[in-house]
Amino acid sequence: MPQVNGRFVPDMKSPRTPDNEEPAAERACDFRPVDKGFTEEMALAEAERCMDCKKPFCVEGCPVNINIPKFIEQIREKNYGGALDTIREESMLPAICGRVCPQENQCEGKCIRGKKSEPVAIGQLERFVGDQPELASKPAMKPKNGKKVAVVGSGPSGITCAGELARNGFDVTVFEAFFTGGGVLVYGIPEFRLPKAVVKREIDGLEEMGVKFEYNSVVGNIATAEELFDEGFDALYIATGAGLPKFLNVPGENLPNVFFANEYLTRVNLMKANKFPEYDTPTKHGKNVVVFGGGNVAMDAVRTAKRLGAERAIIAYRRTEDEMPARRAELHHAKAEGVEVMPLVSPLEFIAGEDGTVCAVKVQKMELGEPDESGRRRPVPIEGAIEEIPCDVAISAIGTNANPFASKIGGKMELNKWGYIIADEETGQTTDPRIWAGGDIVTGAATVILAMGAGKKAAASITKSLLGE
Amino acid sequence: MYKILEKTQFSEKVFKFRVEAPAMAKHAHAGQFLMVRANECGERVPFTLAGWNADEGWVEFIFMVIGKTTEMLSAYEAGDALRDVTGPLGVPTEMPDGPCAVIGGGVGLAIAFPVAKHLIETGHEVHAIMGARTKDLLLLEDQFRELLDDEHIHITTDDGSYGEQGVVTAPLERLLESKAVTQVFCVGPVPMMKFSTLTAEKYGTPITASLNPIMVDGTGMCGCCRVEVDGKTKFACVDGPDFDATKVDWDDLRARQAAYRTEEGQSLKAYEEGSCACHK
Repeated sequence: MPQVNGRFVPDMKSPRTPDNEEPAAERACDFRPVDKGFTEEMALAEAERCMDCKKPFCVEGCPVNINIPKFIEQIREKNYGGALDTIREESMLPAICGRVCPQENQCEGKCIRGKKSEPVAIGQLERFVGDQPELASKPAMKPKNGKKVAVVGSGPSGITCAGELARNGFDVTVFEAFFTGGGVLVYGIPEFRLPKAVVKREIDGLEEMGVKFEYNSVVGNIATAEELFDEGFDALYIATGAGLPKFLNVPGENLPNVFFANEYLTRVNLMKANKFPEYDTPTKHGKNVVVFGGGNVAMDAVRTAKRLGAERAIIAYRRTEDEMPARRAELHHAKAEGVEVMPLVSPLEFIAGEDGTVCAVKVQKMELGEPDESGRRRPVPIEGAIEEIPCDVAISAIGTNANPFASKIGGKMELNKWGYIIADEETGQTTDPRIWAGGDIVTGAATVILAMGAGKKAAASITKSLLGE
Repeated sequence: MYKILEKTQFSEKVFKFRVEAPAMAKHAHAGQFLMVRANECGERVPFTLAGWNADEGWVEFIFMVIGKTTEMLSAYEAGDALRDVTGPLGVPTEMPDGPCAVIGGGVGLAIAFPVAKHLIETGHEVHAIMGARTKDLLLLEDQFRELLDDEHIHITTDDGSYGEQGVVTAPLERLLESKAVTQVFCVGPVPMMKFSTLTAEKYGTPITASLNPIMVDGTGMCGCCRVEVDGKTKFACVDGPDFDATKVDWDDLRARQAAYRTEEGQSLKAYEEGSCACHK
């Protein structure tokens, strides 16, 4: 590495190392991972671009404050195991976050290099080391403290909390409603963006640390909070996710072949409907697929539709591309794969064909008006501008509401008027001092990293509360 | 894995499994259901709880062979294990005080039975109306007869091979006419539920239906099981499966139930040809 007077001199000339992507035309035909990740050579070159800032804004931009300059320095030193240890001090799931975090709004969004050229590819570097878990040191485990904690839900928040608690010496059991672990990481995020094997590796790692997983177990129905406490659990962490799909509230929404994104994605991601009839769960392979929404879930759904053989796969959004909440990389990938973006439309009605399934959707064309409370220009209907888009599959991906299961768990915790659990922002503790909660069931739909951060904070608070540390 | 403790065959195509599931047995209530995935490549299928025993730690469900999954399940024997069983899910059946008619049509009788039993145990007078296409498809007659005397059992078959010929609405109408019941519970095929509802409505008698749309997750997450009730979209898995039958959009339910007919045929064919992944 170039050094002047013993100090590291960053490479200020090279452009950002481009992502190592599969060709769009090929990858859009199957579910292979789109991004192959950096090779060692690419990672080393990219690590040279980091300026090792004295005041690293990237760390501030990271929701869990990973020491980014340090782990990049360790990459430069080819100390990949050390780099991974550095990340793991703050984040349990680098291989996952490296793939799915919206880095452009977080660490990379704050990177000084981004001001004049392009930011350092921090996410790719994180993933590069995250994918070599065998190099990391075994996590230091505190001796067993004799306390038991139940974690409800095995999504990013639940497994982060479980891992932290296990390290702190707790006896941890994770209760999961599905037959496999990972929550939204396995039913929601497609294989081409986050391979299931990566999630499984993390779950296996937790099992090695002594975390127990109880699958097919819907807490609230199979046991209430009180029953879990009676069974000897000392605390509960609830991370059940946001749950219920939000409706578009337009006529025809319940027609066959109109899906909520969760169903569309679960059929393929969790139940392997793309391999029907080898696997038993079918799905619909639409020729013309319209997805309503502009977030990452909408991108996942439309790209899945493309892979299931759609000739025309459309993202229909009521604002414009600039306002889409999806990660830029996802939008870019979708477009490269042939997804069509239809901005400024809002659904009015789904129309049934002769066979009773959806054959078209009537949309209202919009234009951007005055800014609304979010600061974005509000879409307003253009009078009389109504269009009919033919479609044989339509998908609603406009978000989620709270799942009523949270209220069935019991205990003395309180919910807000939308059904989300009220929890202290810093500690995750609910109004029942024995119960903590975090992730989407507290915040509403958010990101993997925020859910993880909540799990980590709760684990610290549970540790403090139960051990008096 | 969930061990099958006992397999009972009621007729050529109708079976009952008793499955080891202590935690579920402890929390089971009439009207709730299980999600079953037979093996690694299986789909998740809802089955209503037909019985349970908290002390012995088992739950039961009844199924009729109609497609790939049920065809495959019918080959499982006691001692075999199901890959995944989740439950109890859904809201338990609740009925106000007063005499009830409990209508079960076809395999719906498997759901009607625990409901009738629950209602009797909670002090209701119950008339069971049992409907089937033909005698061989009439389920659980002996079990119903253990619960109820002859005057409280009304059997109809479409072909007249047993009981009175016709459909369940005929005995229902008589019970409503004579004011023998003040409320109705029904479960079965959509046309049966729809016409039972129209009959009850004629007499202004409240009627509850247990709905059976296709489900994927069964916990409110996916929205596959949505039904239109009183002009609003509801999820059968978390808001139901019981709903005020007079408010249900039956055409909507029927269309959604039929959404995968073609695929169901393909799946069964692949199983019969041995080309699916799951030959246990």
